[in-house]
Amino acid sequence: MPDPQDVLFKSLADPTRRAIFERLCREGEQTVGALTARAGVSQPAVSKHLGVLKKAGLVRDRHEGRLTHYSAQLGALAPLIDWTSRMAGFWQSRFDHLEDLLKRMDQ
Amino acid sequence: MNETLTETRSVVVEREIPHTPEKIWRALTQPHLIEEWLMKGDFKPVVGHRFDFRADWGAVDCRVLTVEPNKTLSYTWAAYGLESVVTWTLTPTRTGTHLRMEQTGFRPDQQQAYRGAKAGWPRFFAALEQVVARID
Repeated sequence: MPDPQDVLFKSLADPTRRAIFERLCREGEQTVGALTARAGVSQPAVSKHLGVLKKAGLVRDRHEGRLTHYSAQLGALAPLIDWTSRMAGFWQSRFDHLEDLLKRMDQ
Repeated sequence: MNETLTETRSVVVEREIPHTPEKIWRALTQPHLIEEWLMKGDFKPVVGHRFDFRADWGAVDCRVLTVEPNKTLSYTWAAYGLESVVTWTLTPTRTGTHLRMEQTGFRPDQQQAYRGAKAGWPRFFAALEQVVARID
């Protein structure tokens, strides 16, 4: 099973897909048609991107008659914004480097 | 999930270091030394001084908030819309110094911070992970 974080990173790595996701974050729920009008790619391409985003849990679809509305699911970003543990790891490694430096400063 | 997203984030790293506060202070405040363990930047221990730390994955915008030589140093730490404050506290001990770093983050429920963060975070942390992996 792929790491959920990898899936998130990969799904947001594509600039067109990220732009679609950002528009949904910014402007709220939209139809595929409305997204296509400003995406600069064809409707099938937009649908494909939305499929990838949906798989990653980043968007949810809602059917209403013949139209499908998509909305952003911000909760899916949680693994990316596990800020505390990431920064803790960052600083732990920096402390190691600081200690190395302090030893060198003795010489 | 919303509960965790609305908390203010805080990271604390503390260590007993067998060196004097004065020596650690130099490593925390002299740019040529900071570069060796943290990042390259034009730091000056002057309240209000703006500087940035640069790495191959991007830059961190900073502003000095507190300078108490050999005791306390704090600066803002902003990267890709992530606002936080980094505070260093040096306490002398019998064998050296107790060094404490606390980074207090923004509240992710604040829309402005979120808008800035959502685009940058994946890139920022992907790069950060690469850097950390190389270090290890």
